[in-house]
Amino acid sequence: MDDLDLKLIKLTQDGIDLVPEPFKEIALELAISEAEVIDRIEVLVESGVIRRFGASIGHRVLGIVANAMCVWNVPDDRVEEVGAVMAGFGEVTHCYERVRYPEWDYNLYAMIHARTREECEHTAHDISRATGISDYILLFSEKEFKKTGVRI
Amino acid sequence: MTMIHELELDDTDRQLINLIQLDFPLDSRPFRTLGDQIGTSEQEVIDHLKRLTDIGVIRRIGPILNTKGLGGASTLIAMQVPEDAIDGVASWINDFDEVSHNYLRPGAYNIWFTVSASSKERLHEMVGEIEALGHPFLELPVTRLFKIGVKFEV
Repeated sequence: MDDLDLKLIKLTQDGIDLVPEPFKEIALELAISEAEVIDRIEVLVESGVIRRFGASIGHRVLGIVANAMCVWNVPDDRVEEVGAVMAGFGEVTHCYERVRYPEWDYNLYAMIHARTREECEHTAHDISRATGISDYILLFSEKEFKKTGVRI
Repeated sequence: MTMIHELELDDTDRQLINLIQLDFPLDSRPFRTLGDQIGTSEQEVIDHLKRLTDIGVIRRIGPILNTKGLGGASTLIAMQVPEDAIDGVASWINDFDEVSHNYLRPGAYNIWFTVSASSKERLHEMVGEIEALGHPFLELPVTRLFKIGVKFEV
């Protein structure tokens, strides 16, 4: 990644313009060709600097207002298998294994998004049945203090 | 919150939303390409996307960045904060540009926030500052990734 890539990310991270040739404007600003702008974005996606290039959705506006972080205590030797099952649920938007501690046994985290708390609970219950993991808690967000994307 | 009578989504809206979360065309006329894919005009696509942006269904079309890919380091922190200190601590946390998400959740660990720092060193420095606050906390970095940032079907 070079300086131009960095500038390109900064110019696009708040969204491209909704005009017929959005990459041409960016190219003008960076004094490179439109083809180079597109090539550079593709390379950044391939190399994993950009996770994906696309739309971020305001899911709350769509009525998807309930979000729960569901934490699970999964035996270490079952994490790979159980994580894959959880990730297969459409309501699960994020699924990670994280470090666990003596005072915090939970090691798998599934973010569940749905229209209502009941739907979140239902999904967690289904996951529990599908995986046989019964030690879990649903931590609903009671207040959102901050939510932004990753920025540079 | 904007709910939702103006939020009547038509078929074009739905097709576009489902399509462009993962597969936004990277070419010189992306909206024309999208129009070709769903059988409508470039201008129609742009008009729909403008409206969807105005009403907040689309936040932006752009790169979703990967902290690790950028050479950075990230973690999740769960902190135990007494009730009367919550607001103060939450706003202190929010002041870090590196904090991308910060939520109040039920339980002994009640403040949960994610940190995306530009380097391991910077993350370490921040964790030091957080420690100096004096509230018990857990640092919970990811050890394995199963799914991230996946699309909402409408």
